[in-house]
Amino acid sequence: MKPFILSILLSVVAVTGFAQSDKFTAAMQKNLALLDSAKTTQDLTAVSNAFERVGDAEKTQWLPYYYAALAQTSIGWMSPNTEKDQVAEKANALIAKAEAIEKNAEIYTLKNMSATIQMMVDPMSRWQTYGAQAGTALQQAMKLDPNNPRPYYLQGMSIFNTPEQFGGGKAKAKAIFEKAVALYKTETPKPLYPHWGQKEAEGMLAKCN
Amino acid sequence: MKKLSILLISLFTTTVLMAQVKISGQVKDAKGKPVIGASITLKDSYDGATSDSTGAFKFKTTEKGTFILIASAVSYKTVEQNIDLSKDVVANFSMKEEFDELRAVTVTAGSFSAGDSKRGTVLSSLDVLTTAGANADITAALKTLPGAQQVGEQEGLFVRGGAGYETKQFIDGTLVANPYFSGAPQIATRGRFSPTIFKGTTFSTGGYSALYGQALSSVVLLESIDLPERSEVNVGISPLMGSLATQQLAKDKKSSWGMSYSYANLDLYFKMVPQTPDYFKVPSFHNADANFRIKTKHGGFIKYYGTFAYNQLGLRRQDIDSTTMKDAFGLNSHNFYNNLTWRENLGSGWRMRLGVSYSTNLDDISLQFQNQNNQQIFVPTVPYSYKNAAYKNRLDVTQGRAEFEKRFNSISTIRFGSEYWYNYNKQTVNNKDSLLTDNYNALFGEANIYLTNDLGLTAGGRVEYSSIIKKFNFAPRAALAYRVGKGAQVSLAYGQFYQKPENNLLFPNPNLGYTKATHYIANYMKTTEGRLFRVEAYYKTYEDLVKTYPAPFSDNSGSGYARGAELYFRDKKSIKNFDYWVSYSYLDTKRDYLNFPEKMTPNFAATHTASVVLKRFVMDWKTGFGATYSFATGRPYYNIMQNGGKYQVTDQGKTKDFNNLGLTAYYVPTAGNTKAKTFWVVVASVTNILGTFGQEQVYGYNYSYNGLNKVAVTPPAKNFYFVGVFLSWGVDRTDDIVNNNL
Repeated sequence: MKPFILSILLSVVAVTGFAQSDKFTAAMQKNLALLDSAKTTQDLTAVSNAFERVGDAEKTQWLPYYYAALAQTSIGWMSPNTEKDQVAEKANALIAKAEAIEKNAEIYTLKNMSATIQMMVDPMSRWQTYGAQAGTALQQAMKLDPNNPRPYYLQGMSIFNTPEQFGGGKAKAKAIFEKAVALYKTETPKPLYPHWGQKEAEGMLAKCN
Repeated sequence: MKKLSILLISLFTTTVLMAQVKISGQVKDAKGKPVIGASITLKDSYDGATSDSTGAFKFKTTEKGTFILIASAVSYKTVEQNIDLSKDVVANFSMKEEFDELRAVTVTAGSFSAGDSKRGTVLSSLDVLTTAGANADITAALKTLPGAQQVGEQEGLFVRGGAGYETKQFIDGTLVANPYFSGAPQIATRGRFSPTIFKGTTFSTGGYSALYGQALSSVVLLESIDLPERSEVNVGISPLMGSLATQQLAKDKKSSWGMSYSYANLDLYFKMVPQTPDYFKVPSFHNADANFRIKTKHGGFIKYYGTFAYNQLGLRRQDIDSTTMKDAFGLNSHNFYNNLTWRENLGSGWRMRLGVSYSTNLDDISLQFQNQNNQQIFVPTVPYSYKNAAYKNRLDVTQGRAEFEKRFNSISTIRFGSEYWYNYNKQTVNNKDSLLTDNYNALFGEANIYLTNDLGLTAGGRVEYSSIIKKFNFAPRAALAYRVGKGAQVSLAYGQFYQKPENNLLFPNPNLGYTKATHYIANYMKTTEGRLFRVEAYYKTYEDLVKTYPAPFSDNSGSGYARGAELYFRDKKSIKNFDYWVSYSYLDTKRDYLNFPEKMTPNFAATHTASVVLKRFVMDWKTGFGATYSFATGRPYYNIMQNGGKYQVTDQGKTKDFNNLGLTAYYVPTAGNTKAKTFWVVVASVTNILGTFGQEQVYGYNYSYNGLNKVAVTPPAKNFYFVGVFLSWGVDRTDDIVNNNL
């Protein structure tokens, strides 16, 4: 009788264990769908909060915090300058939580975006601090994962938006976007892992021609 | 078997009984307004919601039992409540605002902050470098802000009816005794310090903090940078000067050191641009500085900064009391300045800032009365007997300062501390020594209390004792800031300020007391993206000013007032790539001091002063352009002569209006080329271009001893030109200039 009970118990444990990760996957997938369809800052706030709840409940998963922060950066790009600092601080708090669990290129990519948002408030006087932070974050991201296309995509965007006279421009950006697009093509993201940016990078590359 | 069945039953029932419970409610702030975007979380579950535009939220959960429901939102304190999930729950939250440095108001009455601090920035440190006509001089750039007079015949900031010596400069908290190079009378000199070594500058035109004292009108607070961005070597070449500098940042980015040397000689320049005075010794300057900075374990810093300067000049001017004679003035000046500070986080909200500083300045001046062949002539009668003299002035200032800060409620602070200055001043006039020493002590304290993010109060005071005055004084200070709308705030400031009389008054009469000023300031400021509008009104009274009488008598019976209104507008947004600011000051001031027979407007005060500063960077040409136009109505001038036992005004008038247009252009050929090994900037500027078109500046008039001859005080040349090339290896400094203009 005993082995039977044991096997039942084991299967129960397995079921609940499976249920647990299944629940996580389901919640993440649902929220990722919401993130993809979010259009307004209200939508983005709601989905960022939802990701943060998952992160707080799980405690050992960096992805929910990553996506919560990613949603905040999306809000940051849209916000008026007067609110950008506050949004970036919220993003930074989430990034810190994610980084405490795992240090990786995706998280440094977020750091780049958050610093860029803060720089945009007043590029004139903030270039030296936030511009440098953004640059360092990108370098760190490339160092941690040289095959990750997203840091290259962001670098391409930064060069694309810099006037030619100052070392930017289409020609220089093109080479970077080409590298990003090539990396996107070979990328095989694990389920739930970030995979954004391919279409955008291809679109930008088309603009460079 | 029984156990198994229970287990199975319970397993199934949980699945079957996955009934949902609805949780709904409202989130409001302390004033009853909805909090939008608050995150509602059922603790340790995935379930929750985000409040909508009315503050309402609702969600369903399959969880059972008692749970903690959490509401959190940016800039609010997180709140929790226990809920029982046996049936539908209605949970309402009332959230209190969190004190937040980013959102809190700051007192802006009387104060202009510059630098990369997050708020209230009026002028960035880089603005100083790119303001036309300022020639990278901090004081000259500050003169384009409201409150400062366009005084060109003396160095210093003449603020709101105050004389130049009523403004004091501080580096990292300690006083700078000689902030300007020594020079000849009636020719203003530059400041000693390069703007690039400071990360922040606060120019307070009144009502400043209790942390500082001994300045009746104004303080300029300079905060040195912590660590440079990267190691670099800089070279500057110009017909006027050459410079060599390096900054070395340690690999671990925890310490740095640097040094620089520059030599300026105006010989070549004076050959190209004729000067009114006859220079027999062309001005030359040796200037060296050194620094180190160490980051401590807890994020504090130990910083040293020191400069050594030697400069000399000699010039002759037409003597005012005779027709063919000349007055020669010769100067040798040494200055050595040292500043060592330690700022540290002590934990649990405590911070400390310690500083010591030592400076010594020696000016060696010779006056000669000369004939047409430049030979010294001695005439024993007044006024000619005063025209040959040897004068030495040595001023040593030793300081120690300790400041502590306790932070609570995340943004409210209490600060207190003490400072000590030892002043040693030895004057030698024609081989006769006189000595003045002073031990000055001050205790200060200030509380910054935030009642909400929208309302901040500052109250403080300082007690001072000077051994030469032999008296204590107490100077209370208070300020308030209140947000009246989005980006709009009102602030008020009040304060009493004491200052020891200048040493040249204390030498003949060491029994003088403190001079005193009281400030009342009201300020309104509105900031929107890319624009800043600021208006300020003030009233100031002066008491116990030093009055001098014929024969060596003086006392503290002088008094005066100043009142006015000022306007500042900066706009970086309306026109692309174009940045401009406008300032205007109205000033009504009179004082009865020194040898004034009655209350009169002093000769450094103009009623209306205005400046317009324009900046534009043309990307296609990789060139930046700047223009600064300053205007001031005429200033009064007087001839005050002794008549029996009294002084009396024998002649007076007003100078013509002051106009000054400065232009600057800088070409940055390597802009953005991150692969170039050498970065360079070519700068060309001209100050007072209107001088060429007959708009000569007149600062006032000198009178002969008998009062019959009157000579205008004018700049030594109609214009000032500068051309130079600055090269840098290491960090691309051109980025600074480029981004400053994007």
